[in-house]
Amino acid sequence: MTDHLDATDRAVINALQGGFPVSERPFAEAAAPLGLTEQQLIDRIADLRARGVLTRFGPLFKPEALGGEAVLCAMTVPADRFDAVAEQVNAWPEVAHNYARDHTLNMWFVVAADSPRRCREVCAEISELTGLTVLPMPKLHEFHLDLRLTA
Amino acid sequence: MTAVDRFPPLPDADMALVAALRDGLPLSHRPYADLGARVGMSEAEVLSRLSALAEAGIIRRFGAIVRHHEAGYRANAMVVLDVPDERVAEVGRTLGGEKAVTLCYRRVRAPGRWPYNLYAMVHGRDRAVVTAEVREMLARLGLARLPHDILFSTHRYKQTGGRYGRARGEA
Repeated sequence: MTDHLDATDRAVINALQGGFPVSERPFAEAAAPLGLTEQQLIDRIADLRARGVLTRFGPLFKPEALGGEAVLCAMTVPADRFDAVAEQVNAWPEVAHNYARDHTLNMWFVVAADSPRRCREVCAEISELTGLTVLPMPKLHEFHLDLRLTA
Repeated sequence: MTAVDRFPPLPDADMALVAALRDGLPLSHRPYADLGARVGMSEAEVLSRLSALAEAGIIRRFGAIVRHHEAGYRANAMVVLDVPDERVAEVGRTLGGEKAVTLCYRRVRAPGRWPYNLYAMVHGRDRAVVTAEVREMLARLGLARLPHDILFSTHRYKQTGGRYGRARGEA
């Protein structure tokens, strides 16, 4: 399934999902244990980004600590409007993720904004534009988060 | 286990750095110097501010943010359970401690529309395998009799990062 990833891609992904150095030459530091040169690592990460394997390379912040909020929302979207509504919803830069799921509530998206107030505004705007009810499911407690994957 | 706390506001300089990092770290030999040049900070100041943000847990991890589908994880299951409020902390800790669970959150219910209050994500390469894993896990933990559902994603329409931070001059 991951045949489009070669051994170096996998090594880079598996080694660099956390703990990237905060130092003057971080790519050189991270490249050494992988047996790569600084430039080879930079090129490889740029390539993984260009291929869409990485959404980005950098820090993952805790939104609440930045005054922001990320809220999971669900909608029931008629099948014949699904693609059009997905396009409308995705046009908001605050919409970070959007997935179709197999349930009556069939569209699940995350509104991530720099304030809880902006999150609520975006939900209201989406509801108004699409004419559909947006159900926000704000987070009450986080028990575990570790999205590191083994490639 | 982390509560969804409120945090004191960060200084404008930190918020400017956060905004400059929305698309990630510059892929260059001196990325922190280049980042500093964009926001009017020295490399040393960028290094010290980012180290402090990491130390404080505000940066939760730093490196490659992988799109799971492209990394071969095609089966993405959102497992949802309706757990009585008085048990949800215990069940959340138990599920969150499972190796297969990448994320476990308690969320508000939507009365009349959506009864579930506990969410656990399980990523795998094959839908049938993930379904069997989830069923085995719920049975082993004694949770199979709680109302629950497994929602697989059938299509990804968007997966990017959040737009946090505040560039200088941004409202």
